[in-house]
Amino acid sequence: MKYSAVTLAREAVRGQRGWRPAWVKAKPKDAYDAIIVGGGGHGLATAYCLAKTHGLTRVAVLEKGWIGGGNTGRNTTVIRSNYFYPESVALYDLALRLYEGLSKELNYNIMLSQRGMLIAAHTPAQMEICNRIANAMQLNGVDGRLMEAEEAAAKVPLANQGAQARYKLMGGIWQGRAGVARHDAVAWGYARAASALGVDIIEGCEVSDIRVEAGRVTGVETDLGPIRTNRLGLAAAGATPGLAAKVGVRLPIHTYALQAFVSEPIKPILNTVLLYLGTGTYLSQSDKGELVIGGGLDRVPTHGQKGNLPAQEEVLSGLLEMFPSFGQLKLLRQWGGVVDVVPDSSPILGPAGPDGLYLNCGWGTGGFKAIPAGGTLLAHMLATGAHHPISKPFDLDRFRTGRLIDEAAGSGIAH
Amino acid sequence: MQTFPCPFCGPRDETEFHFAVEADHPRPENTPSDVEWAAYLYTVDAPQGPAREIWLHIPCGEYFVMSRNTRTRDVTGSEALR
Ligand SMILES: Cc1cc2nc3c(=O)[nH]c(=O)nc-3n(C[C@H](O)[C@H](O)[C@H](O)COP(=O)(O)OP(=O)(O)OC[C@H]3O[C@@H](n4cnc5c(N)ncnc54)[C@H](O)[C@@H]3O)c2cc1C
Ligand SMILES: [Zn+2]
Repeated sequence: MKYSAVTLAREAVRGQRGWRPAWVKAKPKDAYDAIIVGGGGHGLATAYCLAKTHGLTRVAVLEKGWIGGGNTGRNTTVIRSNYFYPESVALYDLALRLYEGLSKELNYNIMLSQRGMLIAAHTPAQMEICNRIANAMQLNGVDGRLMEAEEAAAKVPLANQGAQARYKLMGGIWQGRAGVARHDAVAWGYARAASALGVDIIEGCEVSDIRVEAGRVTGVETDLGPIRTNRLGLAAAGATPGLAAKVGVRLPIHTYALQAFVSEPIKPILNTVLLYLGTGTYLSQSDKGELVIGGGLDRVPTHGQKGNLPAQEEVLSGLLEMFPSFGQLKLLRQWGGVVDVVPDSSPILGPAGPDGLYLNCGWGTGGFKAIPAGGTLLAHMLATGAHHPISKPFDLDRFRTGRLIDEAAGSGIAH
Repeated sequence: MQTFPCPFCGPRDETEFHFAVEADHPRPENTPSDVEWAAYLYTVDAPQGPAREIWLHIPCGEYFVMSRNTRTRDVTGSEALR
């Protein structure tokens, strides 16, 4: 069913009884042309691209819980492409360009709001770093510029600028095309569009093992029984290393919890995304008026989807340093997700181990913004058996060759 | 807030500790291939459940092995590295 003003009006007249589930709750078949493990944004986007771009429709997405129940439904939804290295900008700007057309492409409103993002600097050294990143962005052909103190302060009127401020705004980097989107809508929109093209979205199906014969993937074991396939994509975020280990592939991925916080709804006070380099806390205001707040990783490796108190204290004290007036606000919700962190803070995309196995993982704290690109690239590899030029630098082999894409050092930004 | 046990200083606040690396990844002997060397430098097991990890207790500067459960966060042991 196509969503449009006409369908809305028709359903209003008919008492809203004509709506159908957005995607079919599929049961596994015996075999598929391609299987993707993980029904997060990356897995669902991959399935959609396989069907849409490559015409492969005997495809299944296997999700152990419910789609979007992993980090795709747990993140703070910041989208941007202000990275340092050309390889990263090619990847993340592809994603941003695809996001810009995604609501139309999927016929599903992902509520993309390109409200701009300010990365705020507080010291001359931070300003130099910002300058360097702004230059890199411009060289890479992406919108981004250095912003001076006055203009930056006008973007965040409530920010602490008084005599007591520990971190005064000195300026920062501005990317006007950055913003936020609705995370659930990204998962649901891709699922709906993939399902409409014939992809099986199978929830409540946990993959426990990978079958290999004569050096080639032949299928997976699941709690709903074995399923055959010769092409397998792993997009299971923090669970990917455990799955890859089943076929002897060890990965450079640590798993940490990353937390987010949501305040009670308040009147509009912030119409951009703000990251404070001084405190590491970042925030935006949702359409409902809630402040959506995040910060750095918990420093304890974990697989439990909950955060620890020291990280909460750091993020929230950072928030209050930025905005002392938020001291009276109540938090409504707080949660954590297990993120897959790679030493160079860049994802892993490419073949690994037996023939037919491909990885899309290691997105760490920042893979929501990359979903349309991650799906495009993993689908390309599954369909053609070869790298896409944009995915090639992110191959696992970079750890052997030493050609790391160290964004933690390059852009110095966590997310 | 969790307390972690330093074998030298006893139970202390988790914020005093820094995770270093997974334990039990011995350095390859002789002349490793670049594949073996990269595996040694970068790959980890990131086990779901019981894990042995090397941690630093920042105030005293000692590295030690902590046994933990990565799902529940329970700490089950702590031993000095020297
Ligand atoms: C608090 C927080 C804030 C964040 N903020 C941002 C942000 O502002 N901007 C940004 O770009 N990114 C952000 N991120 C990161 C982003 O959420 C992730 O990088 C991204 O969602 C990863 O998508 P994915 O599809 O790879 O993984 P996921 O969405 O985690 O999907 C993986 C799926 O695999 C399933 N799975 C696991 N094991 C199995 C198995 N054995 N069998 C079947 N299924 C399995 C899981 O249930 C899960 O649904 C944030 C993350 C967190 C936790
Ligand atoms: Zn000590």
